[in-house]
Amino acid sequence: MSEDAQEQTHGEEAVVANGADAAHGADAAAAHGADAAHGAEGGLQIHPMDQFIVEPLFGDGPISFYTITNVTLWMMLAIVGVFILMVMGSRGRAIVPSRAQSVAELTYGFIRKMVEDVAGKDALAFFPYIMTLFLFIVMANFLGLLPMSFTTTSHIAVTAILAMAVFLTVTVVGFVKNGAGFLGLFWVSSAPMALRPILAIIELISYFVRPVSHSIRLAGNVMAGHAVIKVFAGFAGVLGLGAVAPVVAITAVYGLEVLVAFIQAYVFTILTCVYLRDALHPSH
Amino acid sequence: MAVDAHDAAASAPGMPQLDFSTFPNQIFWLVVTIVVIYLILSRVALPRIGAVLAERQGTITNDIAAAEDLKRQAAAAEDAYNKALADARAEAQAIAAEARAEIMADLADATAKADAEISAKAAESAARIDEIRAGALEAVEAVARDTAAEIVATLAPTASDDASIAAAVTARVKG
Repeated sequence: MSEDAQEQTHGEEAVVANGADAAHGADAAAAHGADAAHGAEGGLQIHPMDQFIVEPLFGDGPISFYTITNVTLWMMLAIVGVFILMVMGSRGRAIVPSRAQSVAELTYGFIRKMVEDVAGKDALAFFPYIMTLFLFIVMANFLGLLPMSFTTTSHIAVTAILAMAVFLTVTVVGFVKNGAGFLGLFWVSSAPMALRPILAIIELISYFVRPVSHSIRLAGNVMAGHAVIKVFAGFAGVLGLGAVAPVVAITAVYGLEVLVAFIQAYVFTILTCVYLRDALHPSH
Repeated sequence: MAVDAHDAAASAPGMPQLDFSTFPNQIFWLVVTIVVIYLILSRVALPRIGAVLAERQGTITNDIAAAEDLKRQAAAAEDAYNKALADARAEAQAIAAEARAEIMADLADATAKADAEISAKAAESAARIDEIRAGALEAVEAVARDTAAEIVATLAPTASDDASIAAAVTARVKG
């Protein structure tokens, strides 16, 4: 019976998705029309957020959890990118590294040193995990900078899961390693006694806000930059051949986005290391 | 109804990020991706790169140790060379001093011999000079006597007394 019900909802979902898709199709057609001769609707057809729509790659079916969508495609490409960078790059195992091997080694050294310096030597057990986070985010960010691509890290669902995973790992590790002593993280022993309960509340709130800021920082930065580029691209489309200013703006924003793509991955990773340090050494 | 809402979201600039119907899909593929990347990294890439880096570190350490060793050997060789050089120099000086001493001895010998010869020759010459001087004195006396006798005979032919003239000349010459 419950299966029946599920079937029912599925059917409904299909209808919903189909409807959305149809609407989207019409939208796309309209945008195309505007591109060709932007007269009919009076010009400005800018859909900066359309690039973030999750669509099935094959057919127009409903999006269930296993549907192969553009999310799947670009995540698989991220895997391929990581594989080429880290596995193919290090294939030679040369004492004097090739250029590709140097890049792989630099990446390895960069993150390893970060984990060691920020989180401490005993955090090196988490090095593969942190490396995974960094490489996935950096790959997804840079793949998202390709024209016509889909940026998986611009979705709050993705970054929230990454951040929640970090949050849960840190919390579990904190309690496993320190037991109840982990709660000392919230008890600022260097502050005057009267202030400590207040500080404890603040610390507690800030602790639970961490995954929120951790995830929204990444998704927000990536999404905003891409949307801005799309807006300028819309201006360029309206202005046609005279679109010097939008093209200059797009170039500038794109340069900024290249920076952001790396910096946000770096920030996400180093914050993970900072949180991990709190879990391993909770004393203030 | 839902269709309407969705329609509005798609046509108006809504946020596909907040379309919760796509969340299970994204989360599923994210988990798959993260697990695959984790396996690739932890099973293949990271151990391999770690091993390469460790090997390189080992090689560098060994090379530095070898270089240190060679440096030490070079220093030892230089020391030995310097010592040999100093020895050779000292020996050369000794030989030179010996040679100089020998030459000095020879020289002194030759000088002494030459001195002796010279003094012998000088003595001989002095003897001959004495002889010649003695001969000359005698000749002077004889000439003086003859001359005096001639003068006396010329001035006072009567009072010629050879013996007294000779005595007088001898006394005068000697005096």
